Amino acid sequence: MTTSTTDLEALERDLMARIEAASQEDALEAMRVEALGKQGSVSGLMKNLGAMSPEARKEFGPKLNGLKDRVTEAILTKKAAFAEAALDAQLKAEAVDVTLPPVRPRLGTIHPVSRVMEELAQIFGEMGFSVEEGPDIESDFNNFTALNFPPKHPAREMHDTFFMSATDELGARKVLRTHTSPVQVRTMLKQKPPIRVICMGRTYRCDSDATHTPMFHQIEGLVIDETSTMADLKSVLIAAIKAFFEVDDVRLRFRPHHFPFTEPSAEVDVGCDRSGGTIKIGAGEDWLEILGSGMVHPNVLKNCGIDPEKYQGYAFGMGIDRLAMLKYGMPDLRDFFAADTRWLKHYGFSPYLLPGLAQGVG
Amino acid sequence: MKFTLSWLKEHLQTDASIDEIVERMTMTGLEVESVEDAGGKLKAFTVARIVSAEKHPNADKLQVCQVETALGNLEIVCGAPNARAGLVTAFAPIGTTIPGSGITLEAKPVRGVVSNGMLCSGAELELDTDADGILELDPNLKVGAPLAEALGLNDPVIDIEVTPNRPDWLGVAGIARDLAAAGLGKAITKSIIPVPGRYASPVKVMTETPEACAMFSGRVVRGVKNGPSPAWLQQRLRAIGQRPISVLVDITNLITHDRGRPLHVYDIAKLSGAVRARMGRQGESFKALNGNAYEVTPAMCVIADEARVLGLGGIIGGEYSGVTETTTDILIESAYFDPTLIHQTGRALSLTTDAQYRFARGVDTGFVVSGLELATRMIVDLCGGEASEVIVAGEPPAPPYAVTFDPDHVRALAGIDVKPTRVRAILKDLGFETSAEGQGSKKLIVQPPSWRRDIEGAADLVEEVARIEGFDKMPETAPPRAAGFRPPPASVGESRMRLGRRACASLGFNEAATWSFMPRAHAQAFGGGGERLILANPISSDLDCMRPSALPNLAVAAQKNADRGFDDARLFEAGPIYLDDTDLGQQRVIAALWRARPPKHWRAAPQPDVFDIKRDVLMVLDAIGAPVASLQTASDVPAHWRPGRAGALRLGNKTIALFGELHPRALKALDVEAPALAFEIFVDALPAPRAKGGRAKAPLEKLELQPLTRDFAFVVDDGIAAADLVRAAFGADKALIADVSLFDVYRGERMAAGKKSLAIEVSLQPREKTLTDADIDAVSAKIVSAVMKATGGVLRG
Repeated sequence: MTTSTTDLEALERDLMARIEAASQEDALEAMRVEALGKQGSVSGLMKNLGAMSPEARKEFGPKLNGLKDRVTEAILTKKAAFAEAALDAQLKAEAVDVTLPPVRPRLGTIHPVSRVMEELAQIFGEMGFSVEEGPDIESDFNNFTALNFPPKHPAREMHDTFFMSATDELGARKVLRTHTSPVQVRTMLKQKPPIRVICMGRTYRCDSDATHTPMFHQIEGLVIDETSTMADLKSVLIAAIKAFFEVDDVRLRFRPHHFPFTEPSAEVDVGCDRSGGTIKIGAGEDWLEILGSGMVHPNVLKNCGIDPEKYQGYAFGMGIDRLAMLKYGMPDLRDFFAADTRWLKHYGFSPYLLPGLAQGVG
Repeated sequence: MKFTLSWLKEHLQTDASIDEIVERMTMTGLEVESVEDAGGKLKAFTVARIVSAEKHPNADKLQVCQVETALGNLEIVCGAPNARAGLVTAFAPIGTTIPGSGITLEAKPVRGVVSNGMLCSGAELELDTDADGILELDPNLKVGAPLAEALGLNDPVIDIEVTPNRPDWLGVAGIARDLAAAGLGKAITKSIIPVPGRYASPVKVMTETPEACAMFSGRVVRGVKNGPSPAWLQQRLRAIGQRPISVLVDITNLITHDRGRPLHVYDIAKLSGAVRARMGRQGESFKALNGNAYEVTPAMCVIADEARVLGLGGIIGGEYSGVTETTTDILIESAYFDPTLIHQTGRALSLTTDAQYRFARGVDTGFVVSGLELATRMIVDLCGGEASEVIVAGEPPAPPYAVTFDPDHVRALAGIDVKPTRVRAILKDLGFETSAEGQGSKKLIVQPPSWRRDIEGAADLVEEVARIEGFDKMPETAPPRAAGFRPPPASVGESRMRLGRRACASLGFNEAATWSFMPRAHAQAFGGGGERLILANPISSDLDCMRPSALPNLAVAAQKNADRGFDDARLFEAGPIYLDDTDLGQQRVIAALWRARPPKHWRAAPQPDVFDIKRDVLMVLDAIGAPVASLQTASDVPAHWRPGRAGALRLGNKTIALFGELHPRALKALDVEAPALAFEIFVDALPAPRAKGGRAKAPLEKLELQPLTRDFAFVVDDGIAAADLVRAAFGADKALIADVSLFDVYRGERMAAGKKSLAIEVSLQPREKTLTDADIDAVSAKIVSAVMKATGGVLRG
């Protein structure tokens, strides 16, 4: 059997054309076996090489190997193309409408009051205050008597107190605390000065109208040591108000007032701007009353077992709901307690927003 | 407490404007509630005189008037029947807005005649309700004069809130004293010129109860003429909302507001025998000047003569002995009543009068007789008559104690530097007497005046000096921060509440804050409602009981949201519940309620059930640091939970949390539709975190050997709790078994009746060497036997 170079070229043309023409992978495979398999046409020629004269083999061998390599390469390329096409087809078949909505877990919200309490704990915590607690159902002593409200005094009535109907063996009724100040009493009774605490929580007054709810929240601050003055109180409050409202310029106005548990006593107004229908803290010429404060009355210290000759200090109290309204713009206090999901979602806070002085409390 | 600017100026000589006065009052501690300037809204109106009035050519009921006004002679169309030539009345120029109607005047023709302004009625000016005709003013008034001035309305009315410690501010003179001390002017309260007594008093006064009425002074005036008060007195009282009655009564009311000194006047013709203060007697009653009858008790102080109770001392007089138009002989009473007693009596009778308000806060003990003298002077001046000698029974309470005071205390407490001489000057201006304690001492002995019974010690004097000097003088001192380590600012319980809030919100719940109280029926439906948790004076009858759980409030709120069209509410609250009225009875809970409704989604999802809420409660528990792996789930739950669809998570015998569906009956008691998924975590029941050993964590154990798993399926009775089986398997070899998870529950045709199959995957963690088949067989046998022992379960064939 003789094979000429011309024959080889014809064979290659033929194989390449068939590879080109193969439309399916199995046809290509059959073709591969036919050409490169053990019984294949190219393999047959390879076997014949041995029978050739060295000269002929030298000339013919490389040509045949070249042909084999080119055919093999063409088949592999074609196979890869088939695989790509198959994958494309599969992916196309498996396509979905990605505009469909996923099942999305809901994200809930934190109530503005909780949020503001966290902010205040941050601010006062940074100033060295720790947090104290006390119960809502309080003794008359802690809520009034120890705080220098004389028994049967008109000042008690101004508190619109809720009384429990049950009486103790002496006929006394407990009250729902009308302010967070009884926590001052509890703190002083169990702790020796220096004292530097805040307390936050629910407070109650028998009052309900557009701006009052029977339950509301207060923050109370108490500092007792040997030297703190009302001027220190002023600085602490200015720093706290600046940090809370995140404004640089805060004016505070201390107005003399009367509270049984402080002497001297002051109500504190913050400078604000009321033009434009909303209240902006830190700007403008108006004043807004935001808290009550003063130097702890010597009688209160005495009632709590602290020597008023040696120790002195200050206390202040603010409405938390009110602070929240001023900072975050809720128009109506009553909504705070209505558990309307529209309100809770709108005014509530993402649980991922952590108040902190590093990234801003608000 | 109301007064007018002109009234204040009778006691205070000042050039300050009303704004300056209000500002200084505010900064001195007198909280100004409002300043009503009736003159303000009448600014545009002036006095005018009608020159002529002719019938309107095109209208029967209108007249065309030529009017002399501030703007010259004008033609004005007027519909008032009383418009006539010569009438002096109120004029509004074009452009004025009429208070009564809100209409702004324009120059436009009225039936063909242009009206160049308007003549006004009392109703249009909101002075009164008379709309039948235009104002008829004093014909002597000058045309063009401001109307407010002509009507005497250019006097702002100031309303202040008086704190209970300052009864001396319940009289205009007392307010003027403080304002003068604060540098606003000079106190010019006139001294009282006593009226000499012409005869011994024919009526005796006495006090039989010095505790209730320490002092009772009285005086007779014979031959008075009672009747309407002069215009100035009527106007003064009207301006502060008091109704003039008769000159005798009006004088006492004037002195009440002028000096904070209540008085009473009796008609001697109605008295029989001596007039005395004594305690009431059971069964006594009287008809008071307000028209009401009052029954008195032995706890109340009455004024009585020998025949009857005349009135309640310090509170209100009786109708019987009151003065009338025909009264000629009177007894004036000026007494001192105990503040607490007057306060109590007022409360017991729900009766507050100007007198009661002042006596309850404590009137000036040094002004009892002076008040009587002032009243006598005014009565004699305005009503004539002849006064008797003054009689006084009892004596005033002792003056306030003197206080030893170091002027440096002002700086030490208030942080303001005030020189000692200035301290003394301020105190003197306020009526205090100061003297040096002695040679070589910088301390002062300060005697408070009789009207300042609120002064008890040095701190009170610091306040006096600081508020008069001005709180605005207070510097800002940067307070030193305590150095060193500060303990964590919040308690463990509060920190857990904070984490719990974040966990709940991350799981899709919205935090609510609901009342601490609820209807007692709701409390009872959720295991509460005890006697000791009922409020004596709830704000409304459906908020009468402290809550035993936050869930009823959340369920009701979720229903309300559904009623508004927002179903599928997920609410939580982290707050208190009240198991009893002691300190420990208040507990922290994190309660959540999910009004779970079938999800509507293109990818079918199952209806949320007890296992969804169990997932949530475990997630929250994990977040707040509860030992979740050690919790045991029990199926016995309180009655407001649905049996068989709710569980309790316990740590030993402590219930840490409850979860599941709420009982349909409990929901029905709240008028809330079932179903509702809920959980309640009792935060205070959690064990305290490890206190010792610092913050460092135990080293991580990273074992070289790979864990392997084996599956087992057991056939058990249907009533067996899965958790018991899992626990038994877990306990079979504590060294080797790292985890057991339940992955299949099967009931059905291939299972005998009353049986189920539970399949678990057990994860084995070899520690020292690779496990051999024999090792694995051995542990498998232990698991099978432990499960058998605990549950009776056998390996499924």
